[in-house]
Order: sequence, then C-alpha cells, then structure tokens
Amino acid sequence: MEHIRTTKVEQVKLLDRFSTSNKSLTGTLYLTATHLLFIDSHQKETWILHHHIALVEKLALTTSGCPLVIQCKNFRIVHFIVPRERDCHDIYNSLLQLSKQAKYEDLYAFSYNPKQNDSERLRGWQLVDLTEEYKRMGLPNSNWQLSDANRDYKICETYPRELYVPRIASKPIIVGSSKFRSKGRFPVLSYYHQNKEAAICRCSQPLSGFSARCLEDEHLLQAISKANPANRYMYVMDTRPRHRMQSWWATQKDIGRIILNAMANRAAGKGYENEDNYSNIRFQFVGIENIHVMRSSLQKLLEVSGSRGLSVSDFYSGLEGAGWLRHIKAVTDAAIFLAKVLIEKDWISFGHKYSDRCGHLDGDPKEVSPVFTQFLECVWHLTEQFPQAFEFNEAFLLQIHEHIHSCQFGNFIGNCQKEREELKLKEKTYSLWPFLLHDQKKYFNPLYSSTSQKLAVLEPNTVSFNFKFWRNMYHQFDRTLHPRQSVFNIIMNMNEQNKQLQKDVKDLESQIKQHKNKQTDGVLTKELLNSVRPESPALKTSLCLKEQTLLPVKDALRTVEGSSPADNRYSEYADEFSKAEPAVVSSEYGVARMTC
Amino acid sequence: MEFSELIRTGQAQAELLRGPEMPPLRGTLCVTGHHLLLSPGPQATPDLWLLLLRSVDSIEKRVAGDAGTITLRCKDLRVLQLDIEGVEATLDIARSIEALSSLESVITSFPFFYRPKGLRLGESWHFHPPERYYKRVARETRAWRLSEANEDFSLCPSYPRAVIVPRTVDDDALARSARFRQGGRFPVLSYYHAPSGTVLLRSSQPLTGPQKRRCAEDEELLQAVLAGARPGARGFIVDTRSAQAAKQARMTGGGTEAKSAYPGWKRLHRPLEREGACILVHGAEGTDSTLLVTSLAQLILDPLSRTMAGFQELIEREWIQAGHPFQLRCAHSAFSHTRPKHEAPIFLLFLDCVWQLGRQFPLSLEFGEGMLLALFDHSYASPFGTFLCNSEKERCLCEVRTRTHSLWSGLNQPKEQRKLRNPLYAPNPLAIWPSVEPQSLRLWQGLFLRWTHPPEPSEVAWEKVWQIATDQEKTEGSQPTDSASEPQP
Repeated sequence: MEHIRTTKVEQVKLLDRFSTSNKSLTGTLYLTATHLLFIDSHQKETWILHHHIALVEKLALTTSGCPLVIQCKNFRIVHFIVPRERDCHDIYNSLLQLSKQAKYEDLYAFSYNPKQNDSERLRGWQLVDLTEEYKRMGLPNSNWQLSDANRDYKICETYPRELYVPRIASKPIIVGSSKFRSKGRFPVLSYYHQNKEAAICRCSQPLSGFSARCLEDEHLLQAISKANPANRYMYVMDTRPRHRMQSWWATQKDIGRIILNAMANRAAGKGYENEDNYSNIRFQFVGIENIHVMRSSLQKLLEVSGSRGLSVSDFYSGLEGAGWLRHIKAVTDAAIFLAKVLIEKDWISFGHKYSDRCGHLDGDPKEVSPVFTQFLECVWHLTEQFPQAFEFNEAFLLQIHEHIHSCQFGNFIGNCQKEREELKLKEKTYSLWPFLLHDQKKYFNPLYSSTSQKLAVLEPNTVSFNFKFWRNMYHQFDRTLHPRQSVFNIIMNMNEQNKQLQKDVKDLESQIKQHKNKQTDGVLTKELLNSVRPESPALKTSLCLKEQTLLPVKDALRTVEGSSPADNRYSEYADEFSKAEPAVVSSEYGVARMTC
Repeated sequence: MEFSELIRTGQAQAELLRGPEMPPLRGTLCVTGHHLLLSPGPQATPDLWLLLLRSVDSIEKRVAGDAGTITLRCKDLRVLQLDIEGVEATLDIARSIEALSSLESVITSFPFFYRPKGLRLGESWHFHPPERYYKRVARETRAWRLSEANEDFSLCPSYPRAVIVPRTVDDDALARSARFRQGGRFPVLSYYHAPSGTVLLRSSQPLTGPQKRRCAEDEELLQAVLAGARPGARGFIVDTRSAQAAKQARMTGGGTEAKSAYPGWKRLHRPLEREGACILVHGAEGTDSTLLVTSLAQLILDPLSRTMAGFQELIEREWIQAGHPFQLRCAHSAFSHTRPKHEAPIFLLFLDCVWQLGRQFPLSLEFGEGMLLALFDHSYASPFGTFLCNSEKERCLCEVRTRTHSLWSGLNQPKEQRKLRNPLYAPNPLAIWPSVEPQSLRLWQGLFLRWTHPPEPSEVAWEKVWQIATDQEKTEGSQPTDSASEPQP
C-alpha cells in the first residue's frame, strides 16, 4: 500500500477517556491495509477499521509524546500517545488517506474474503428476497400488482426494479406522476397490511409550486385510495415540520414523504398537494426535521457525551440542547401514527427487515446523515418498552450499526438498487445477513415471546420520560460507563441450560419407560439396569454441561470489575460468552448418540 | 385519647379512582382508627380495599352540589381520588382522615395493634443485634471490643446499648470522647474490611467551637484505631460537608478535627481514590449523610451485605440502631404542605443509590427492586414496628420490641420472597465499583413512576425471568430423583 509509511510503532499509550486517574495502557500500534491494530501488554487487541474512522486529529506535542485522537463512526473515540512525533505524523497522514476512499472499488467489501465459495456467497445474497417479502404481505392481490415500469430504471433511478402499484394505475399515469415528483419518486407501495387491507405508500415531494397540478398524480392517488376499499379516507403524511414548508424548494432532499391510508385520525392542515384536487385525502404533518438538522443534533449529542468530568446538570442540559431525544420522539410518534396496526413483532425479525430500508441509506460519505442510526435507536426504544416483543437483542442492533459504516459487506454500499447492480455487489462482495444468522445465538432475545397476543401490535408510550440516552450505542467502547454484568447473557445461558436439562429429563424418562417394558417382558438384567444409572450418556452430557458451561460462563461474566482495561468492546462480552457455549454442541452430540 | 373522638362519621357511599390503569371501585367507605376501608358491597367480590391512614401525606377536599371529592396524596407517591355522596359526609371523612393520619403518638400507632396470623410477637427482633456483627469482627482481629458503656443510653442517646470500640480504650475515655462530640456520637466501628485490615468508623462532628477546643481522650481513641490496624497505618477523616460548611459550623460550637491534634489522620472534603487506609466519616450530627456513606461503602465492599439477610442486617445496624431519626425524617413525604425542617428523604436517597448499584451489577445483589420498594413504603408507613421512633432509646421506652412485630419477620415469610428476591443472583466475592458518570445514572422509574406509569410489559418480562430461573432450579433438582425413582426389582 502506497499510503503506509510506518507499519509498526512501539511504546504507544492508549488513554482511557473516562478514567478519573488518567489510566493508560502501553502497547504496540500496527497499521495494515484495512485496519489499525493496537495490542496492549496484556495481549488484548483493539481493531479499528479504516472505514470506521470519521476524524483523525494530531494534537500539540506534550512531554510524554504526540497525542493522536481518532473518532470513529461507531462512536468509538481512541486517544493514543505516540512517543516520537515523526511516527505520529506518518500514521496521521496514512490514516487520512486510508480512511477516505474515493472509489467504491477501494472499499473493504471488495477485498474482504471470508473464504466462502461462490454458491455460498450467492445463497447469502438470496437470504433476503423482496418478492418473498411481498408475498408474505399477501401481494400481488386483486388490488395491487407488480409493475415493470421501472424495469430499466428509466422512470426513477433511485427506486428498485420491482414496484407494487394499484392494479388500475396504467403506465402513462405512473410516468406522468413521476415527472411531477422530485427525483421521479412517484407513490409506490411500501407496506401492506393483509388483514386490514391497508397500505403504506411512499413518494417524494411534488416538484411544482403551490398552484401547479398534475392530473396523472391525482389519478394515481385516487387509484391508491381505490386499492384500499376498506378505508374511506386516505391520509397524506408529510414528515417535515410545518415551518419548513415555506421554503420547501430550498431543501430538495428530504427523508421522504409517506402517503398513508387507513388511519382513523382526523388530520387537519394543508400540504401543497392542494387538498381540493385530491378528494377523500387528508393531510398530516409530523414534524421530522431534515438530515442537516439531524446531523448537527447528533454532533451536539456526541460533544456532550464525550466530555470528561461531566456533571449531572451539564449532561442533562447538554442532552436537552442537542435535541436528539426530541427527534427520536418525533420519529416514533410518526411511526405510531403510521403503525398502530403496523409494527408487528416479526416485521424486524431475522433477515426480513432492511431490504427495503437500504434505499434510505446514504452510502455517500459526504451525504452522511444519522437517519439509519435514528431508526435503530427508535427500534431500541421499542425493545426497552417491550422487552418481550422482539426476537433480537441490543447487540444485534449495535452489530448492524457497526456494519453500516464498516463497508465490509456489500449490503449498505451504493445509494440505490441501480447503483448496486452497476457495482456488481452480488458478485464481488458478501452479504451481511448470513454472518449475522450464523451468530444468531448472540443476537436472540431470551425473553422473546412469540405467542403473547398482547404484543402483536405494540402501542408504545411516547411520554417524554420514556426516551432515554442510549448509552450502549454512544458509549459502546467506554467500558467503564457500562453495567458490569449483563442480564441478557446470563438469561440466555440459563435458557440454553434449561432446554438441555429438559431434553435430558425426557431422554431419561423414555429410557425408564423402555426398561419398564423390558422388565414386564421379564428380560431385565443387571447390566440393563446399570445403563440407566449415572453412566448413561444423557446424564453425562448434562454433568459435563454443568462443569463446562455453568462455571466458566459465570466466571467470565461475573468477574467483571470496574478496574478492567480501558478498552473493551461491548460486543466482546457476547464473544466471551459465546465461547463458553459448548453446551449446544455437546448436547446435540449427546442426543444424536441417544437416538441412534 | 380515644380514636372514636376523632372519627366524625361512620361511613358513606363512595367511588375510588386509583389511577389511569386501574378500574374504579364503588362501595361503602369507612374510617377506622388506623385505616380507610372501602367495601365493594354484596354484589361484588368481598375483597376490602384498605389504606393505612398513616400513609396519607396530604389531603384535599372539594364539594359541589350534594357530593364531594377527596384527593389523597400518599407517602408512597400514590394519588387517590374519592368521590363521596353527601357534602356533610365528605367533610367529616376528610376531617377524620386529617386528624388520624397526623397522630404523633407512637404507642397508639398501628404497629401496636397489628397482630397478623402466622407471626409471633418478639420474633426476629433479636435477629440482628450488634453482638452478632461484633462476633464477625472478633473472628478477624483482636483490636476491637464490644462496649456496653451506653447500656442506659447516658453516653449517647442515639446509639444502641452496645457499640464496637478499640480494645485499648476504656469506657471512661469513651464517656469523655462522647462529651466532645455532638449528640454524644463518639467514633465507633462501622465496618471492618478484613482483606486490608482497615476499618471504617463513624461519629458526629467534634465540638471544637470558635476556641478550637480539644479532647485528649478523643485524640487517643483515633490514635488507638491506627495502632490497632497495620503498623504505620494512616487514616482519613472524610467530612461529608463542604470545607466551607465545616468552617461555618465552628461558629455554632461544632467544627472539625485539628490537623495538629490528630497525627496520622488527614481530613478530606471530597471522595477518595482506593487506598489501604482507615477512615472516619462524619458530617454534622452523624445521623444522616454519614450513615448514607458508610452503608453504601459496605455494599460496595462486602459481599455478605449484598445477600438478603446481610442487607437486612446492614439496615438494622447502620440505619436503625445507628440512630437515623426515621420518625422525624419520614413523618411526611413529598406531597405534604406543612414541612417541618426535620423531614428529609435521606433513606430514600440510600435506596436509590442501591437501586443504581443493582442496575450496574444485576447479578450481585440477592434482593431485587421489590425489596427496595418495600423498604421505602415501610419506612414511611408500616404495620410493623421496625422503623418506629428515632433511636434505640426511644424504642426501649415504647417497648417496640415486645409490643410490635418486626418488619424482617414479615418480609422473610416464604410467600413474600418472589416479590423481594433477585432471581439472577449469584454470589460475587469482589468489590463492586459502580460508574458514577451521569451517563450511567438513571431515573428510578419503578419508584417515581410506579403509580402514574405502570411498566406492564417489563413486569411480564420480569415474571418470565423468574420462570426461567426457577425452571432451571427445578430441572436441575429433579434429575437425580428421576433416575432414583426408578423402581428397584
């Protein structure tokens, strides 16, 4: 690599930014083509992917060396002290180059090789199938059909090829409507609720001023309305706050506009889709700010949470000033308005979820906005309020957030399906989902209840005190700030053990039954009886399970103390934990032996 | 005094509103000496709704037409509304509640009448005597002794009969030191940290006054503490007040230990990094923030105090017997209009700190949030006698131990355990150092939003955690018996 001048620097100090006694770790810093690696004297490794680096700063020289501060997109902040200024300068310059890739082809995903063959790679990409997803919603049906209008991305570059539109909407109407809307994003189906025959559609803002009309667009909205025969009114929801409407043409890009059906909410207000021209349609503003406001809000939040020696009042006034939680509340409020019937628990279950969310993501580094982070945070707030409603846990959300920025997998690269096809992502890169699926045990919520009827439709409470600072996201790497023991891990472990023990009990019972039968047949011998005794394989597995899993796991989880090394990733908890999990392997082995 | 003089009316028809999530109750309302009762009438279930009058913090009445409304704000932060038929009845009931809820006499309070089935009087009262803790200390070191110098509460009215003091200091010296400390609270042992051989002491401020008085026996007592620990041991005097406040206290007769008079001891007004030294903690009176600090330090350091029994012992030893004036501090809570200056939620502050600790170490405390909520409720209004009075002396005078039931015997009944225990507990032998960054501290929703915002989904989830934990115990326990129950030929 032409950017790397120094590959190894010794005697580098890593400071803990929240330690009160200025604790530091000494170790060696390595620079590779893809990562920055720090190995401390306890052989603990800290890996930082170049793509994760948001900002590198070289501070003024001190007596102990040259400070180098690296801020990452996953909210990790590391503070190194490099003994010699020249080394520091070299690393600084290399990181500046390495962290900003000009071409898509330079991204890590294109060089990442997890040693899978092509068919495995392909299967990974097929895990999430949009057509399947629509089928799950009950589409196509008598009202909605698949349109081939955008087959060659001619109508809208940023939409995928497959789009669902009302059956009665003809192609000319679609084309006409798309010309009326910003970037050609005409109203298409986003979510269909089968039981209620209600649809959520989305589109961009109309292009013309207040007075303009577009007959095709009006026709298309009428068609959408007719495609929802069960509902009298259709609601148009504008995600922007009302005050931005005055200068809407100034902000060309917006989070999106959502046309919503089926909501029994009498919304007032005038959008610039002139209400007179769209009968049976109601308008609603929900006040979500644009990406620029969101970006500066997140910056303020990080400034606050990054300060050392923060007082409680500094923290809370800073949190208030950043307005981040206010935005989270606005988004959640909007989602509730949308949802009520919508956010089903499995909507965001494994492999089903982001496929259509990718379109929301701005992969372009200059256009970065925390919209997706916000989405994840809203989901997290839901998981906090409804601990049993989601199949996945917090670590899953954090892992996804990690890979949005890592560029290690192809899923989040590119801005739209067209671009992604041009990049040949499916041939050249790997999909994230099979990797998450492979580790799914780490990401399961042990309290998940699939049967509880109460949780079918979540009704989140958006009173202000339900919105909390997401410490595990914004301080993921500041281990000293975290709870020292994890409830999730221990419950997960107990669940595993329970399953195994129950299996053992069942096996033993069936053995006893067998022997009883034999006894009545009069063929019981001493040897047979002995085999039910503790020497039986099932019992052995459970005994070894107790020794292997219970003890080490509890040790690993419970010997955590505040004085632990400065840097320890939150997700490494899960790693430590999952390592001590031979229970499952051995249980399967045990069962296999039992049944054959 | 007869309760009947205070009860203006026998009964009235009323509807009770208990908050947004609970259905209203209709029935006959009735005021008794200690309770407010609502009997739902013959058609409904025979269940009585019952409220201890002592738990009413403030009362507000409104009348309109021929009906009235009483709003009761309780010390457990609950708000109740009673819609009552009849203006006279409303006013009478309100006056009765007002009079009965603010009775000051201890011996007419409900614990003196409460006789639950299944509990025997006098039980559990000797569950946590100071002698028991002394035994623990004596196992580790010979430098301390149990002194009964305060047998008749003459040295210090707010200390228990027996306290733990340096072996080399005799009772006369204790008496002198007591005269030099506010309220007679001379330095006594609070906690012995066996791994380091150091001790935690507590006292009240020395009465140095503007003349900077000294007391030889008090100085000797602290000297003896250091001599009893490791050779060359140092000590810190942690003053829970600010340096400014400590200086001002001198004008009213209080003050701080002079540096020159106590060699080996260093005075601090701020928290301390970890260091193997002896510590004396005091504020002014030594009955509030002092106890807060010493009891929390023990929870952090001592694995035993994190068990169910150990935590009860800690509260008994470091709060009740150490003379935290519960009667004064918990007479009223946040809703009261009249607030005498002696009221303060110091004990609640302690419980909240413990809750924060429990959130950061969810597996290390044997008791759960339910235990902390129960202690909060009982400290303000309780059918048990444990939190009555301000000191051991007062409790002796009122014969609390022989005439009321102990809270601990109530809480330790098997049927209460599921509410109070932490299903995930596993003994943790280490010190548990919590994070005190603002990002790590949370609002205790379970307490402050308990009535306005029922956390239903989380309760269901907690129930599930219990189920998983008990399932495990069951299956683990059942296995050997299953194979053993195999009939022998």
